[in-house]
Amino acid sequence: MSELPPKLAELVDEFAQVGVKDRLQLLLELSEELPPLPARYDGHRDEMEQVHECQTPLFLAVEVDDAERVHLFFDAPPEAPTTRGFASIMYNGLDGESAHTVLAVPNDFYTALGLGQAVSPLRLRGMVAMLSRIKNQVRDGIRDGS
Amino acid sequence: MPVPNDTNPKLAAYAHPQSLVTTEWLAEHLGDPGLVVVESDEDVLLYETGHIPGSVKVDWHTELNDPVTRDYVDGPRFAEICSERGISRDSTVVFYGDKNNWWATYALWVFSLFGHRDVRILDGGRTKWVAEDREMTREASTPTPAEYPVVERDDTRIRAFRDDVLNHIGRPMVDVRSPGEYTGELLHMPDYPQEGAVRGGHIPGAASVPWARAAAEDGTFKSREELEAIYQGEQGLNPSDPVVAYCRIGERSSHTWFVLTHLLGFGNVRNYDGSWTEWGNSVRVPIATGPER
Repeated sequence: MSELPPKLAELVDEFAQVGVKDRLQLLLELSEELPPLPARYDGHRDEMEQVHECQTPLFLAVEVDDAERVHLFFDAPPEAPTTRGFASIMYNGLDGESAHTVLAVPNDFYTALGLGQAVSPLRLRGMVAMLSRIKNQVRDGIRDGS
Repeated sequence: MPVPNDTNPKLAAYAHPQSLVTTEWLAEHLGDPGLVVVESDEDVLLYETGHIPGSVKVDWHTELNDPVTRDYVDGPRFAEICSERGISRDSTVVFYGDKNNWWATYALWVFSLFGHRDVRILDGGRTKWVAEDREMTREASTPTPAEYPVVERDDTRIRAFRDDVLNHIGRPMVDVRSPGEYTGELLHMPDYPQEGAVRGGHIPGAASVPWARAAAEDGTFKSREELEAIYQGEQGLNPSDPVVAYCRIGERSSHTWFVLTHLLGFGNVRNYDGSWTEWGNSVRVPIATGPER
């Protein structure tokens, strides 16, 4: 997994090193660390993209700044801790990385988290969709900026 | 000592009033000997964020399903699941969960496949309990393991397989999915993951009665009178009819199975758990598209 950005690689390692039960605990802790939306998005879901593939509504916004750094914003309700946990993995692993780095993250990186057994493969689909929607928005962001 | 029934007058009107409890009743009886409260959710982490004190968790995806075959766990594994959670064969098990109790009714249905006798649903589920500001805790429950016998699962009474459904065409069938899934416009629930059915539509002859019609605004079940008006009045079903209910993977149809069986007293309702993810992928099974039969 040498192609993963360092913070994401670190997260993957943390998950890989613990047993199934502790992976859930880790995901729960991550779900609680998901930062709240900044004022410019709070209450403005129309400016965010909905990730329909998640079991519970998740809204996502991606900004690419002048230095082509990626900034991620997520909104998911507290009754959806698993979805929040997935979003938090993306946030902790990718926020602040360069657009190039984010686009280079393998789409199947999540398999290395070992969550299939802990949460069931069906529930992991949201994570795949989240990454592909982030990448789409990053591509759009680069195009708009250039 | 058996755990008493909830004598709330709304529940008394249902065919099997002993199959439901109100939040008031549960708050009063928490900790009663012989009572085990089970939370079963769509979100696998929701229990960990806070649960009813003393309750235990049963996850449908990771615990009630066999990890290899698309089927439920077998008798020995079911016995382990129960005994680890302090459930014995004569325990009263009250299920509650998120999303209008979909997964709670699903878990109750699986417990019924194993013939567990005293199973009940918390009317209104997790949402109502939380909305009423009742006690929740993050403290891990530490049940004393119980003895649970190895019981063989009985798939003949309340479960339907694909071939049973093929043979059932022409008799009453209820499709409880959203209208878009029924007509074939959508292959999955609006706003839900696509779960890979290659064809859209419904089983020929199935009536469209979305599960949510049985639920009131606050997540409780509608009154018996209201339910009768839908299933017996409008749909013309009779409590003695053999009925098959299905949805996408069997969770929403568990909700309807519970309504027909326990609230309206239908004697022969089977849940087709293969549901659309099986039917919509099966070669050469008949499919109908468009609105109503």
